[in-house]
Amino acid sequence: MSNQNQQAVARYHNNFLREVEERVEDGDWVKMCMQCGVCAGSCPLGSAWEHTPQKIFMMIRAGKRDEVLKSDAMWMCTSCYNCIVRCPRKLPITHIMHGLANYAHRLDMAPKGQPTRVIAKLFWDNLVKTGRVNELKFSLAMYFKDGFVQGIKNAMAMQSAGLSLVKAKRLNPMEIIGGHKCKDSSGIKKMIARAREIEDRKKGFTS
Amino acid sequence: MAKKNYAFYPGCSSQKGASASNFVTSIGMMCDKLDIQLNEIPDWNCCGASIGYGEGGELPRLALNARNLALAEKNLPGQDLVSGCPACWLSTRETAERLHQHSDLMAETNVALKEAGLSFKGGVKARHMVEVLIEDVGFAGMKAQVVKPLEGLKIAGYVGCQTNRPFGIAGESFENPMYLDKMIETVGAEAVSYDQKVTCCGGALAFSEPEKSQKQIRDIVESAYDNGAEMIVTPCQLCQANVEIYQSEINKKHGTKLAMPVMYYSQLMTVAYGGNSKQAGLDGNIIHSQKLRDIAAK
Repeated sequence: MSNQNQQAVARYHNNFLREVEERVEDGDWVKMCMQCGVCAGSCPLGSAWEHTPQKIFMMIRAGKRDEVLKSDAMWMCTSCYNCIVRCPRKLPITHIMHGLANYAHRLDMAPKGQPTRVIAKLFWDNLVKTGRVNELKFSLAMYFKDGFVQGIKNAMAMQSAGLSLVKAKRLNPMEIIGGHKCKDSSGIKKMIARAREIEDRKKGFTS
Repeated sequence: MAKKNYAFYPGCSSQKGASASNFVTSIGMMCDKLDIQLNEIPDWNCCGASIGYGEGGELPRLALNARNLALAEKNLPGQDLVSGCPACWLSTRETAERLHQHSDLMAETNVALKEAGLSFKGGVKARHMVEVLIEDVGFAGMKAQVVKPLEGLKIAGYVGCQTNRPFGIAGESFENPMYLDKMIETVGAEAVSYDQKVTCCGGALAFSEPEKSQKQIRDIVESAYDNGAEMIVTPCQLCQANVEIYQSEINKKHGTKLAMPVMYYSQLMTVAYGGNSKQAGLDGNIIHSQKLRDIAAK
């Protein structure tokens, strides 16, 4: 992965804006930002961000590559879409932040162990297995993401909530052995692999 | 009246034994009464939801959603795709629109789809269940089926994020959409005015950033209490789960005594249409509304 990062640095030299435009989903919109700050003021987790979208966009233009890719900012997006509907220049801000998160993750520059980064990967891996999300396995994987001991603690802390969901028939303990799945889960796996291959080729990633 | 047919995309949380299984229970009778026929898309898959982007990238997510659109196009031709889940709807609609706008993405997506033996021509519209109710049935149509008005029930209509943004319901504002309040009034209840109608519950970050999300949830529930609501009602599966489930966690941490029922609009409608507790999926709630149960038992 760091190899991918070195290749990207060599390919784009110091032109980080061009790198973002070519390789990040909706990255070609970044230059349209006029720095009004409405996105920063609209974000529900705004106070928790290391950098607001407004700052991230200016940092991209200023070529602050490491600071942007290592920022935890993109991982604080709740996908509420407040920024997207309020942006006076109609930048698809939510998509750009998602795209930056994905790109930083691909280059392995994103903060290690960043909780949303970790669960985003768990979620995707979970859904790719069968074509559908297994909520029980996903919850357990999240509890145990920081090791076994912490996992038991997390599971115990959420035990009462979990049991009330089981009682309400909204969490099925039997999902641990199989559970819901698509009939054509193998076709779905092949489809996703092919899509990823096309995208990698298009964006100049070498595997 | 002839039944209106739709290609139904339930989504992962609406499966049997999953976190929104009572939502699907509650729309059964509502759809019957309103002559809505939901035809489940065969072998539908996950949409990737709000955090699929982290690992998934763009084209894999488009392919996932295009597979559902292609399955609907092939098996249920001419029918709009309808989902009750805002995340499913958002992902599917976004895909349909992007593929429509960008012929290169459409071509690439179809190369990927071929691996699953499918192709998508672009002829399916993705809609939210609430759009079907408002645009195809109408408020008058919804009201016509009410046999037990939910009189005296004060409700905070919680629209949340993804039913409202970035697409929203046609003709409604992003900052103060009125349709959910109108739906509440349509079934005879009172919609209270409060300031957290479109506040984010934290979404998927309820798992990864629990403190920050629980602050959002606490604000929403407390504002509903402060404005006299006895219940929160939402069109969103994740809003419902987050706002209901984490109240006990907030109570444990902060010594609060939050116990606000959080229901789906479809549960209200089913009760108002004469359905019992079971038909309305009321047994699927963790925090119960005695008033709604009493009306259902009348």
